[in-house]
Amino acid sequence: MDALMPVLVFLTSLLTGIFIFLLGEEQRAIRTFLNIAGATVKMVLVGIIIWGVFHEHSYESRFTVIAGIDLVLRVDALSVLFVTLSSILWFLTTIYAIGYLEGSPNRSRFFGFFSLCVASTMGIAMAGNLFTFFLFYEVLTLTTYPLVVHRGTEKALKAGKTYLIYTLTGGAVLLFGVVWLYILAGPTEFSQAGSLEHIGAEHYHLLKIIFVLLIAGLGVKAALVPLHGWLPEAMVAPAPVSALFHAVAVVKAGAFGIVRIIYNVYGIEFASMLGLTTSLAAVAAITIIYGSLKALQQDDIKKRLAYSTVSQIAYIVLGIAIVGKIATIGGIVHIVHQGIMKITLFLCAGNLAETLGLRSINQINGVGRRMPFTMAAFTVAALGMIGIPPMAGFITKWYLGIGAVQAGQTWVVAVLASSSLLNAAYFLPIVYSAWFKESSISWLENNRSGRFETGLLLLLPPLVTALLTILAGLFAASSFSPLDWAKLIAFREYRE
Amino acid sequence: MKTTMLFSIAGIAVFFIGLYCLMAYRHLLKKIIAVNVMGTGVFLFIVSIAARANILQPDPVPHAMVLTGIVVTVSATAFGLALFKRIYYETGKPYLDNEDK
Amino acid sequence: MPLADQWMVWSIIIPLIGAAIFFLLKERHHTIIVIISLLTLLSTAGLAFNVWKTGSQFHYAGGWQPPLGIVLYADGMSILMMLMTALVGLSISLYALRYFSDKRSLKFFLPLWFFLWASLNALFLSGDIFNIYVTLELLSLSAVALVTVSSQQDTSQRRDAVFAGMRYLLISMIGSLCYLLGVALLYAGYGVLDLKLLSEVIAPSPSVFAAITFITIGLLIKTALFPLHFWLPPAHANAPAPVSAVLSGLVVKASFYLLVRLWFGVFSFALSSESGLFFGLLGASGILWGSFFALRQKTIKMLIAYSTVAQIGYMFLLFPLAADMPSLWGAMAMNAGIYHLISHAFAKSSLFLCSGNIILAFGHNRIDGIGGIAKHYPLTFSALGLSGLGIIGLPISGGFIAKWQFLTASIGSGQWWWAVIIITGSLMAAVYIYIIWSRIFAPLENDIVLNPVPKSMEILALFLSLISIFMGLTAEPVLQMLHIGRHF
Repeated sequence: MDALMPVLVFLTSLLTGIFIFLLGEEQRAIRTFLNIAGATVKMVLVGIIIWGVFHEHSYESRFTVIAGIDLVLRVDALSVLFVTLSSILWFLTTIYAIGYLEGSPNRSRFFGFFSLCVASTMGIAMAGNLFTFFLFYEVLTLTTYPLVVHRGTEKALKAGKTYLIYTLTGGAVLLFGVVWLYILAGPTEFSQAGSLEHIGAEHYHLLKIIFVLLIAGLGVKAALVPLHGWLPEAMVAPAPVSALFHAVAVVKAGAFGIVRIIYNVYGIEFASMLGLTTSLAAVAAITIIYGSLKALQQDDIKKRLAYSTVSQIAYIVLGIAIVGKIATIGGIVHIVHQGIMKITLFLCAGNLAETLGLRSINQINGVGRRMPFTMAAFTVAALGMIGIPPMAGFITKWYLGIGAVQAGQTWVVAVLASSSLLNAAYFLPIVYSAWFKESSISWLENNRSGRFETGLLLLLPPLVTALLTILAGLFAASSFSPLDWAKLIAFREYRE
Repeated sequence: MKTTMLFSIAGIAVFFIGLYCLMAYRHLLKKIIAVNVMGTGVFLFIVSIAARANILQPDPVPHAMVLTGIVVTVSATAFGLALFKRIYYETGKPYLDNEDK
Repeated sequence: MPLADQWMVWSIIIPLIGAAIFFLLKERHHTIIVIISLLTLLSTAGLAFNVWKTGSQFHYAGGWQPPLGIVLYADGMSILMMLMTALVGLSISLYALRYFSDKRSLKFFLPLWFFLWASLNALFLSGDIFNIYVTLELLSLSAVALVTVSSQQDTSQRRDAVFAGMRYLLISMIGSLCYLLGVALLYAGYGVLDLKLLSEVIAPSPSVFAAITFITIGLLIKTALFPLHFWLPPAHANAPAPVSAVLSGLVVKASFYLLVRLWFGVFSFALSSESGLFFGLLGASGILWGSFFALRQKTIKMLIAYSTVAQIGYMFLLFPLAADMPSLWGAMAMNAGIYHLISHAFAKSSLFLCSGNIILAFGHNRIDGIGGIAKHYPLTFSALGLSGLGIIGLPISGGFIAKWQFLTASIGSGQWWWAVIIITGSLMAAVYIYIIWSRIFAPLENDIVLNPVPKSMEILALFLSLISIFMGLTAEPVLQMLHIGRHF
């Protein structure tokens, strides 16, 4: 059973996707049932896995593709973190998407690819070696492309083109690195402390080149500057897609890959010995500042959020690149924290656009009165992003800051401080105008709103994630909180 | 021995003459004939092999090869001619070049 | 001899019988077509099973031993080719039933197609170089004739098909005669035709090298390796869709198969890093040239045809990478080349069947006018998507497994420049496949009336594309099969 578990978790999304493809456009009830059932079954399975991993069970499925190359799905503490995050957020986003897409065409196709995209995220999360990771990383590109171009407009097609150019080129670079590493080091299984230490010193320069290739390939999806160009354009996708992209699927997959490369392939000590982490930290720092500055210039809400993602994801990378236990905790926990905060923001932005046709920041005055719940959720997440206690984002920044000081890299604190200021500068005006300014224009009301300010299916998911944002911050110290898992992972990585 | 060698060389020469004509002429009929010339060159060469070991008791295998080859070439020629006819009726010209359409 | 030992013969005779029957029949008889196709598949599968269990097999036609008799030889490699042919073949037979709406073109298609199938099986089983010539000729003649089978009412398209057929005929005659001349030179030197006997006596000499040159050029022309590829795009693009699928998926593979068999078998003494480099450079140029022209095409079929030119180029990278065969990397490159060949067969034939569906639905196959497929023909859409993955070589398709092994072999053996070519080629493939993908998501243009496409045609295209995807998971058994009884 333990050997089957990862496959089952993977199949819950894959089969859901395939069955949905087979459904006709009008079989709405069955489709909804499948969606919810798939997501629920998965959450149950993930619950079992969390229990198991905590009790030191090992879950591993293995299939030999060619001699020497295995397809491995394995669950370790880091996978659990990502799997849990994606299964919960998938569930919420699915509910949201059902409400969001009501009445629009091609829903079978949409939900089919939606599920496939989550399936590949599961594959990425549970990949047990570099080959498997690469496989699902590429599949993710392919399953997300149809979602980006879902609307079929010229603009969507163009965004899809940019997306493919970036990600496929990144994938090719990554492939080059993966193959090279395979030749040098054999099948690179993800292991607790890296698997490259046995390689002789004469190959160190090669390992550095390979590292650059790998990070460049992954950096495309993680939207590290200057590889981030596709992300703002991809905002043309429907809101639930953007939400998923930024919180769990694409961007997170890139960041997760970087974590895997540094911790489980190179090993943090080995990587810092090669001198790779410092330059990565510098790239991350530049990305953080650059993303924030660009966000400040955007007028379109979704674009501002997109640039904010660019900068927030780099926190994860930064946390890892500052070598040290505390900073690691900060980086890893941000995988979860950024996910729940960012998805809240995107779902809220989607609500504004869907309900009131409101897309740009200068129209937002007074919207808090019209849509109080949505804006409350938005505010919570925005404050979290800035890093105000007790929201989840505060925990991240606290650990990153302490970690940087502990590791003797005080310059990071300056980066964190200025980025927090910038975060405040681009989030607070939105919050302020929404609550305290008089509305100046009349909104384009459409008939979404029933008894609530907007459809119930659109309203509940962001409220839940906003609640999670608060809870993750408030109860960070309790067991099974994201922070607790991040500590578990960091302790295992640093072998204490 | 000398005569058969001469046949062999002549065979290969004929093959290349055919190849040259195939390249050089645009008229399809000429091209089809050129292919046959090439084939004949090869067949001549093969027949010349048969006599090399013992002129009085030739090797039968090359004969079988040539017979097979001739059958193949005849059918290919027939098909080529049919296609030629079709092209000629459709375009009024015996050429393959597109600009002459 | 018990029936089970005769699978080799049956796999050739059954399609031959089928071809003869279809010559005589006036009406189309669906059941007969299905039965003949299934029987051919069955005999291939039976043979495959035998070889899998007991290793490679010989069959002496009429009980005559070589050097006088003709020998049929089945090993893992020929079995893989035959299985590939059988699976694609079955789909083609069923597809053609619906595709050729008028009785007349189906009547021409069927016998030619089963002749072609028979000659492919015979070619893969041939164990002597003259018999190979015969099967090669049978193959070429039926292929050329198939190009000109046309269901198009449009005269200009019919004319294009005839032109392409004529060019194809002439070029393939040159190829055959070159090959035959090479065979004659070898026979002049050693007096044997049997591959096994030949490999025992052959030794480097000027006339042998001349023979190798003629044989290789002949086969390269038929395989359409750059720069001898010029005949391929018009022939493959102007033929009816199921014929294009056969040509791109199977026919060019046959002559490539012979090149591999000969160069890694009897001619292996001539395989050096220089000759390997020669093939590799032509292959690399083919990849770049074919991909570049694929990008510039206006119709789907032309695009796919140029893609074939590029994909053929990949197969030839096998030569420089596997030139030092006993090594680990060499063996891996061999696996990669053959695996690429097979998975390309499925992906490409699926693409051509899709193009047939598109022609039926839209009445044309101009790339800029095919919006709406995603919505109205979801099965064809899926097939296009999946087979596209196979062509680009993205996970989890069989093309990816091949590419992975190619990359590993080239970086591992220190010939990293091939890796650069492979990756560049894949990116270009991604772009030309994307050209199709991006259009199929676009909405249907106004005032276009779509014709219904029979479900079976859509399902068959999807079936082939699914095989190309599933090949991503079947590498282990397939490659084990490849190593059964391998001479090289």
